[in-house]
Amino acid sequence: MTELSKQDALVHYAAQIGDNGLIIGHRMAEWCFRAPSIEMEMALMNCALDMIGQSRELYSYAAEAEGAGKTEDDFAYRRDEKDFRNNLLTEVPNGDWGDTIVRLFFMSAYNKLFYAALAGSSDSQLAAIGAKSLKEVTYHLRFSSEWLIRLGDGTEESHERAQKSVDSLWTYTGELFTMTDAENRLLKDGISVDVAALKADWNEIIEQVLKQATLTVPADGWAQTGGKAEGIHTEYFGYIIADMQYMQRRYPGCEW
Amino acid sequence: MYGDTSIQKPIEIAEPTSEEQARLEEIFQQKIDDNIKIEPQEWMPDAYRKTLVRQMSQHAHSEVIGMQPEGNWLSRAPSLRRKVILLAKIQDEGGHGLYIYSAAETLGTTRAKMIEQLQTGKAKYSSIFNYPALSWADMGTIGWLVDGAAITNQVALSRGSYGPYSRAMIRICKEESFHQRQGYELLLTLSRGSDEQKEMLQESVNRFWWPSLMMFGPNDADSPHSAQSMKWKIKKKSNDQLRQEFIDATVPQAEFLGITLPDPDLKWNEERGHYDYGQIDWEEFGNVINGNGPCNKQRVAAHLKAHEEGAWVREAAGAYAEKQQKKQVA
Repeated sequence: MTELSKQDALVHYAAQIGDNGLIIGHRMAEWCFRAPSIEMEMALMNCALDMIGQSRELYSYAAEAEGAGKTEDDFAYRRDEKDFRNNLLTEVPNGDWGDTIVRLFFMSAYNKLFYAALAGSSDSQLAAIGAKSLKEVTYHLRFSSEWLIRLGDGTEESHERAQKSVDSLWTYTGELFTMTDAENRLLKDGISVDVAALKADWNEIIEQVLKQATLTVPADGWAQTGGKAEGIHTEYFGYIIADMQYMQRRYPGCEW
Repeated sequence: MYGDTSIQKPIEIAEPTSEEQARLEEIFQQKIDDNIKIEPQEWMPDAYRKTLVRQMSQHAHSEVIGMQPEGNWLSRAPSLRRKVILLAKIQDEGGHGLYIYSAAETLGTTRAKMIEQLQTGKAKYSSIFNYPALSWADMGTIGWLVDGAAITNQVALSRGSYGPYSRAMIRICKEESFHQRQGYELLLTLSRGSDEQKEMLQESVNRFWWPSLMMFGPNDADSPHSAQSMKWKIKKKSNDQLRQEFIDATVPQAEFLGITLPDPDLKWNEERGHYDYGQIDWEEFGNVINGNGPCNKQRVAAHLKAHEEGAWVREAAGAYAEKQQKKQVA
């Protein structure tokens, strides 16, 4: 197998990070008029705005790096399921408030470490996106941590539900720390983040918050992977894409 | 979004029970006549308080229920730019809801009580949201016509006599004007697009035109409860006045979009200096208000479902807060 060119790797890499933001943002937005209170709803909408905003910047950069005249919307609306390289964690259904908070917490803890590292990328555009996104995901982490602690240390029911959410989503966290070919290719130029190296710090955040939430950290077991490296997703993913791309597919080539 | 005066109920005013009360009422009315805002801690007639609580809670409910038709298109927004605009708009509406609930609480009610009244059908919300959002163009039409009608109402409300409400309206109007421009810009994009996009635009406006006019409520002749509200400056202009203002402002915008408004009687009346318009279907209006609109049941059911499914979360937050408080005391 020939090694990816630096340019191809960069396009891949920016789009892949963008995919995480878009897909989890799309999921967060599904809470519209469904949250337990208006405040919670607005907080999730706010997270969704940040996440989709991050993906827009990353897609635009991917388009620029590719130099084929594409736009952010080409990445979001004119690719197939298998072209999306988000982590499976971002695409699984929202479930209840506990599932949503746990997913957001796992992802934000990762994002905080990830964007902090990306802010030090040798690629100035990625570094700028990293620095800006870091502020946003720091808030997401605070919001989700606070909620997880409330749920874990709230009522018996909320404790049970939160533990169940932690246990069921745990299997998707391993994929966060896997490296793709593009990431490996860019690592030697100091462009990409060595995500495998983030695992220890991530564990520390998780352990600290779960402890405060009186919840148990599951043992690392089999990790579900496939979205990030190969574009092999969960069954749920096709529906996100069908929903999201409906207008662009039905009315191709239009301005909106 | 929507300071909808169409769902007001009659105001029942008790006779002054004592000289003291008569004097208070006189002072109160004098303040209103002098355009001095009424503030929460001040004396006010019960009927004034009740009318405002009702109007403000309905307004807040409208903001919150209004998130549903728009939320229906969040996942399908056709571009990332439109998706974030829609998200931000819906978020603004949630914010307006919160703001107005808080303003209503200054009158001695609680959000929980207001929400209960919404869910049991005792409190209403703007009838426009009982119509479905069926196409992407509706995201523009709601901004242009529905927010447009709401602004016409709200500019009047922002000059109203109750301080917290009128101040809330000033801020909300600014955001609503922004939403209206965004809605119009969305439609403008469709009007310059493909035949299918133009068709989508026309079809959407056909559905929303009459319900938007209904947002101003019954004709003045059939709106006997307005007089007291006008005297108290809760309401500053009549339903028909506001409706006419809205129509006069909107027709040229429709022309610029290259669409027709679905009213064969709509034409400029040189003598009046206003547009004449056709008869509103008040039977439909009455039915939608009374629960028979296409989405009445769906809207309240969705609100109730979210509320019930979230009960364990709110309980958990309460239990946690209590534990923390105990720890602090200990």
